[in-house]
Amino acid sequence: MAEHIAASTPVVADPTPFTLPETQQRVLRWTLYVGYAALTAGIFHGLAQALSYAGIDILGFFPALRSYYQGLTAHGVANAIIFTFAFSNAFLPLMVARALSRRLDERLLWASFGTLVLGNLLVIYAVVTNKASVLYTSYAPLQAHWTYYVGLVFVVISTWLALMNMLLIWRGWKRDHPGVRMPLLAHISIVSYVMWFLASLPIAVEFLFFLIPWSLGWVERTDPLLTRTLFWFTGHAIVYAWLLPAYVSWYALVPRQAGGKVISDSLTRLVFILFLLLSIPTGFHHQYTDPGIHEGLKFVHAILTFGVFFPSLITAFSVMASLEMGGRAHGGRGLLGWIPKLPWGDPSLSAQLLAMITFVFGGITGLINASFTMNQVIHNTTWVPGHFHMTVGSAVAMTFMGVAYWMVPYLTGKKLWGRKVALASNWIYTIGLLIFSRGMISAGLEGMPRRTFLVQAPYMDPDWLVGRVLTGVGGTLMFVGIALFFVVIIMTIWKGKAGEGPKDIPWSETLIEPAKNGWAMRLDRIGFWVIVAIILIVIAYGPFFLSYLPPNYVSPGFRIY
Amino acid sequence: MKVHTYERAFMTLGGMLLVLCMAALVYATVAMGIHLPGRAGEIEPGKVFTTPPFDNPGVHQTGPNQYDVVIIGQAWRFHPMEIRVPVGAELNFIATTFDVIHGFHIEGTRVNMMLIPGQISRLTYRFRKPGEYLIICHEYCGAGHHNMYGKIIVE
Ligand code: HEM
Ligand SMILES: [Cu+2]
Ligand SMILES: [Cu+2]
Repeated sequence: MAEHIAASTPVVADPTPFTLPETQQRVLRWTLYVGYAALTAGIFHGLAQALSYAGIDILGFFPALRSYYQGLTAHGVANAIIFTFAFSNAFLPLMVARALSRRLDERLLWASFGTLVLGNLLVIYAVVTNKASVLYTSYAPLQAHWTYYVGLVFVVISTWLALMNMLLIWRGWKRDHPGVRMPLLAHISIVSYVMWFLASLPIAVEFLFFLIPWSLGWVERTDPLLTRTLFWFTGHAIVYAWLLPAYVSWYALVPRQAGGKVISDSLTRLVFILFLLLSIPTGFHHQYTDPGIHEGLKFVHAILTFGVFFPSLITAFSVMASLEMGGRAHGGRGLLGWIPKLPWGDPSLSAQLLAMITFVFGGITGLINASFTMNQVIHNTTWVPGHFHMTVGSAVAMTFMGVAYWMVPYLTGKKLWGRKVALASNWIYTIGLLIFSRGMISAGLEGMPRRTFLVQAPYMDPDWLVGRVLTGVGGTLMFVGIALFFVVIIMTIWKGKAGEGPKDIPWSETLIEPAKNGWAMRLDRIGFWVIVAIILIVIAYGPFFLSYLPPNYVSPGFRIY
Repeated sequence: MKVHTYERAFMTLGGMLLVLCMAALVYATVAMGIHLPGRAGEIEPGKVFTTPPFDNPGVHQTGPNQYDVVIIGQAWRFHPMEIRVPVGAELNFIATTFDVIHGFHIEGTRVNMMLIPGQISRLTYRFRKPGEYLIICHEYCGAGHHNMYGKIIVE
């Protein structure tokens, strides 16, 4: 086995050159395009929303739209669900395949793409015909057409198939490499989607056993509190399912792009295992103001929510240390002198650096949301979208856009078109985002409600004015930023110089290599950690279900939109 | 390796910060009595208008300087739409919904509850300052959601 020890390399991926066959790259490419198309489709109504808060009604320019809430449903579903999961369905399997230098299973690849597209078509049908204006949270007893729920289930199934693909090649790789540690990039990519798989089970139960039969009329009534609880059982972890692929890039790829190294192999694996354990048993922090859930349980979830902040703190340190290494390698000196020396001219890196900066504010506002005494002041005000546009709308969205700047060239073999346009897009979006969030957050503190067609509301508080203006200005800049991103991607595909794409993904070296013995070895036993995660989930959610069940079927469906 | 030392220091400080935040939460709950809505009973949504106390929405005195404020949410209005309460009094908000999920938020305060069909929401609060406050339904409840609001006058 001695020759294999050398294969436990001080790098995050198998260093032997490897590319997937074109037939597989093509599927990954199209999966990615679905995601970026969804992002672009979603921002049109994003702009309308920001302007509505600013007091400007542009809904007249959307003749196909029946209401603000139909558009808001499209915005939430397209940007937060389709975009994120389509991206991850392409990105994570590619990472695992590259890290292990193994081909993916082509049938599974197609199956995952096919279910994603089918799910999309069903959801688009339901949303466009105004049969599903229930917003992406799908709270019963507002009821959508069954195609909406079934479509979303297909999207979730596509993520399961992507995970299956990764697990399959991991199993094959293990068989061929007994006793060798899986490369870091494969480990963290797989753990990301294993966490999501576990997290997605409650929403699958909600849709399959409650909402779908109810929307089809097979049962007359449903339980609003139980379905809502199942939604948030998945719903907090879903934000980590969006975030972890971005962390994969920050940990394993960004150091290389910045000229540094991954600080510690073991610590990185530990962070992802902590997310697997702690992401799910925290959902009640979205239900602090709900009746019907015992206050003590909400408290338990609050504590665990602070716990899941911890791996993000480690990430802040580790990633920053990698960046500092890179900046110093480029000649940076002094306490902060390494920051301007980072290769800011690389649009892929610059997008992700800006994503990290805005994420600091996203994280801090998140801690405030988690503190339930303060949550009562800001729950369901525009503070909340102000917060999460600095998490999913920046850390995640900008990282996924940054990754596109190398991944689209890598998968198409074409050189990135318009590096300067891409750089401008990053900065315009970031500046817009900070202005937007500042506006949403300050008006939210004064009670401005989210999910509200404010421009037509009969009430108004003059204290909201500054926040509303900032929201409109910032939202417009964000729109311009993403529109430029879209131009760059389209032009790269269409006009990019063929044969000049990168030949490999930007995988990094590690400073502190994979452990050869000791506690860190256990981090590779993903099955074991899944069991620990399930135990934690049972402790956090068991008491609620034990005291609450059987379901309280009280509500018929309402289609009042 | 210097990274180790810095890292350990960072993690320790970060961990301590989180523990401090948790301690503040415990203090706010136990010592300051800031509570969240909990389990406060169930109700059949279709029958709320005939089930006590919701058969008589409004403000009812229950003791010296103590009042129940009974509220129903219905697409797209609150019952009652306007409430008058004395400043400094202990107000027990008791609320529910007749149809879909609604929100109940008195702007600028921590009176912030979800109204969920089948459940009764309860929260206690005292106003320190007189004035007029907006009550806003802050959960999407259908096409007329942005028309759903009310007013509370503290005097
Ligand atoms: C041009 C860029 C964008 C603008 C101007 C924008 C604007 C807005 C505004 C104003 C809201 C609040 C609407 C309301 O509560 O009534 C909102 C909600 C939301 N946005 Fe964005 N957004 C943008 C991009 C994004 C991106 C990139 C993501 C995620 C990847 C995202 C995810 C969401 C989600 C999940 C909601 C909540 C929807 C709901 O409440 O049901 N947005 N957006
Ligand atoms: Cu959450
Ligand atoms: Cu409402």
